[in-house]
Amino acid sequence: MRQIDLVVIGSGAAGMAAAIEAKKNGVNDLLILEKDEKLGGILNQCIHNGFGLTEFKEELTGPEYLQRFVDEVKRLEIPYKLNAQVIDLTKDKVITYSSKEDGLVKLQAKAIIMATGCYERNAGAIMLPGDRCSGVITAGTAQRYLNINGLMVGKRVVILGSGDIGLIMARRLTLEGAKVLCVSEIMPYSAGLNRNIQQCLIDYDIPLYLSRTVSKVIGKDRLEKVILSAVDENLQIIPNTEMEFECDTLILSVGLIPYVSLLNYIDCPISSTKGAVVNQYMETMIPGIFTAGNCLHVHDVVDFVSQEARLAGRSAALYLRNEIDNNEKKIAIKPGQNISYVLPQFVLENSVDDITFKFRVRKPLKDQVVMIRSGETVLGKVVKPALIPSEMVMVSLSKDKLQEVKDEIVISVEDR
Amino acid sequence: MKELTCIVCPRGCRLHVDDDMNVTGNFCPRGAQYAISELTHPVRTITSSIKVTNRDYTLVSVKTTNPVPKDKIFAVMEEIDKLSVEAPTRIGDIVKKNILGLDSDIVITKNID
Repeated sequence: MRQIDLVVIGSGAAGMAAAIEAKKNGVNDLLILEKDEKLGGILNQCIHNGFGLTEFKEELTGPEYLQRFVDEVKRLEIPYKLNAQVIDLTKDKVITYSSKEDGLVKLQAKAIIMATGCYERNAGAIMLPGDRCSGVITAGTAQRYLNINGLMVGKRVVILGSGDIGLIMARRLTLEGAKVLCVSEIMPYSAGLNRNIQQCLIDYDIPLYLSRTVSKVIGKDRLEKVILSAVDENLQIIPNTEMEFECDTLILSVGLIPYVSLLNYIDCPISSTKGAVVNQYMETMIPGIFTAGNCLHVHDVVDFVSQEARLAGRSAALYLRNEIDNNEKKIAIKPGQNISYVLPQFVLENSVDDITFKFRVRKPLKDQVVMIRSGETVLGKVVKPALIPSEMVMVSLSKDKLQEVKDEIVISVEDR
Repeated sequence: MKELTCIVCPRGCRLHVDDDMNVTGNFCPRGAQYAISELTHPVRTITSSIKVTNRDYTLVSVKTTNPVPKDKIFAVMEEIDKLSVEAPTRIGDIVKKNILGLDSDIVITKNID
């Protein structure tokens, strides 16, 4: 069995950035495994613009953004395998992948970076009520059909869920000649970014119905009708509030879930984000296995995926040089008031770098202050004029402050 | 006083513009520029994809190099739908110069070997 220092699983925004950073930090014996026929992951189908403002200080489309990383992978001569699907992973870091070119191959890795992205919740996952006819499709699948294969998914479209991909697809389908009747969101606020509400819906007069969801899907072979009903504060359908839409397509943009099947094989602890529990090095509870990007927690901006992945890449280099001590005291990081999750979930006490905490708020809030506390001690605070759940928040803490911590750190968002 | 959402970056600032075109609520100078442009001459960058004639079932993505007037979006889309290219393609290759005389080119945004 081939021995190798580092294997990066996935070559999307996270995988390539992680591999590049690992290589720049002295990891020469590495390999990227990609299941698709080209590098770049989901960015290949994200042909809209708005990427790269943080990374490159310019506005790029998805394919342009990924090409910058492909160029760097090639310049640094980082080896990669395409059409290579990882089918097994063991606790002692034996990876099995299958590809037409190589057959079934086992690799003994010293370190692994998981950059496998996320998958979409589908009709089954949300227990979509009504008929099981054709014409019900997830937003990402519709995006792939349209942008990669050139296939229109329908003519009259209803979109359920106001996640960013759903909004982007509302615009894209409209531009290609479909009639998008409305976007329906079960929550009282949008799950997408404000700019996408403006440039994808308002620009094209597409109505957004909040606190409303699909109460029935009707169609014998192909979808014929969708019924939307209002929901109360407990998200329960309110009777006699039905709106009927004749349509041939229902697009679901109802959430993304980190893809962690391989980590489940090895009983790697998973957090409430549905990604792995990690420390400040983006290292899972299994020493030497790192993770970043959408398989750790679902991001709204790709630039932050690349940023997080670089941290994982550099950390893998530190690990390979035995510069991460997993026996150090662990400080738990807990989400406090108004916060749905915080990353990392724990911190090793003697940190190489300052710590960046990433979190999301549970509901839209104004005039807030982010408090970083350990017991009664305030370690840091940051004022935030406005916070929304669709936007990931980042606050940092000097590593010197860790010495003042007792057992745990609580991050909370409070009124100013 | 007008209120609008900035679309320059994912931050999505809430912008306020008074009758004398003074912009507030913007985090960066580009937000102020956007607000004034949006109220006087709204423009958008268009992205789409076109056929690659010498590859099976293959499309390549394209964009306008400059944003085009909002009321010309569908006219530009009609022009884009008529375009096709041969592979290999390189990012930045011009497919159509000065589309509809709008001072914007249609360029390739994906490398296809």
